[in-house]
Amino acid sequence: MLTLQFIPFNEIESLSSERRIAKLLGIVKKNKIVLMQGRLKPTEETTLIERTMEEVNKEFKGIELCTVYPTPEKKVGTQIKQAMVKFLVGDREGLTIIGPATIIKEIKRNPDKIELLTHTRGLLGRK
Amino acid sequence: MMNRLKTLLNKIIPGLFGKRKHMKIGLYGPPNAGKTTLANRICRDWLGEDVVMGTASEIPHETREIQMKENIHLKKKGKEITFNLIDTPGIATKIDYEEFLKHKMNKKVAKERAKEATKGVIEAIKWLDNMDCVVVVLDSTTNPYSQVNITIIGNLAARNIPVLIAANKTDLKKANVKSIEAAFPQYPIVGISAELGTNIDELYETLTKLVR
Repeated sequence: MLTLQFIPFNEIESLSSERRIAKLLGIVKKNKIVLMQGRLKPTEETTLIERTMEEVNKEFKGIELCTVYPTPEKKVGTQIKQAMVKFLVGDREGLTIIGPATIIKEIKRNPDKIELLTHTRGLLGRK
Repeated sequence: MMNRLKTLLNKIIPGLFGKRKHMKIGLYGPPNAGKTTLANRICRDWLGEDVVMGTASEIPHETREIQMKENIHLKKKGKEITFNLIDTPGIATKIDYEEFLKHKMNKKVAKERAKEATKGVIEAIKWLDNMDCVVVVLDSTTNPYSQVNITIIGNLAARNIPVLIAANKTDLKKANVKSIEAAFPQYPIVGISAELGTNIDELYETLTKLVR
């Protein structure tokens, strides 16, 4: 069975970067796939990779990660409006997918399409 | 925070906080993109035929520790830069020792390699803050829209570190530099074959323009 857990942005917005990452990684380590509203900051993404590497062991092989983000607006007025919204309510745009590498084999991303390829081995072994 | 501010100010006004040491140019990218092959090419071109940075191999995570060569003087079309070149372990989000078993390694060696590789990834990320400029080496035969590529480049942009993308392996049939240009249109991109030295002069020229 494949479990997807949705995390709305308001569930993580008040957390510090470290706690945010710990929460996401904790869910992934329970063999669930996280669908998070919004995206992490670039520095949080690298911290997530660092923490993941620290946790790699016989059972946990790492993560697959993918962020989907709308194409930036070219109009200056819209850009300013979007920047202000981001400043006021946080980066809620887009979607972040994080899953355990034992379940997700690969996330293929083209600009407008995402394909999530799973390991049959990983799925068959789960209750 | 203070260190970042110092770094930024030092980039704007060199020597503000003491004498500026040689700039550090890092080679970053996913595993097997050809970072060490490019590092070896740069070393041979500017430090001497017999100087190499490390061993390049088809097995992922061959480089598992930061490697550095100091005092490289690069001269192109009247422009000159002196820098320390840093070759970093490939950045990955997953490491499975079983992948190494496919390369005829025994279980013990494969597990040890996986353990070292995880440390290498952490070390590479920690070194990001020390870089003055980064050459992101991408394999032009693979899909550029991988999260690792996006994360590395996004981090460099967030840290205000100049970026040059080397679209490597152009000697291979499947190479597609245009797909990298489409994925990262805001960065200078040079298609190269680090293995054969193809277009390497253009890479040097672009690098001298970028860091001056």
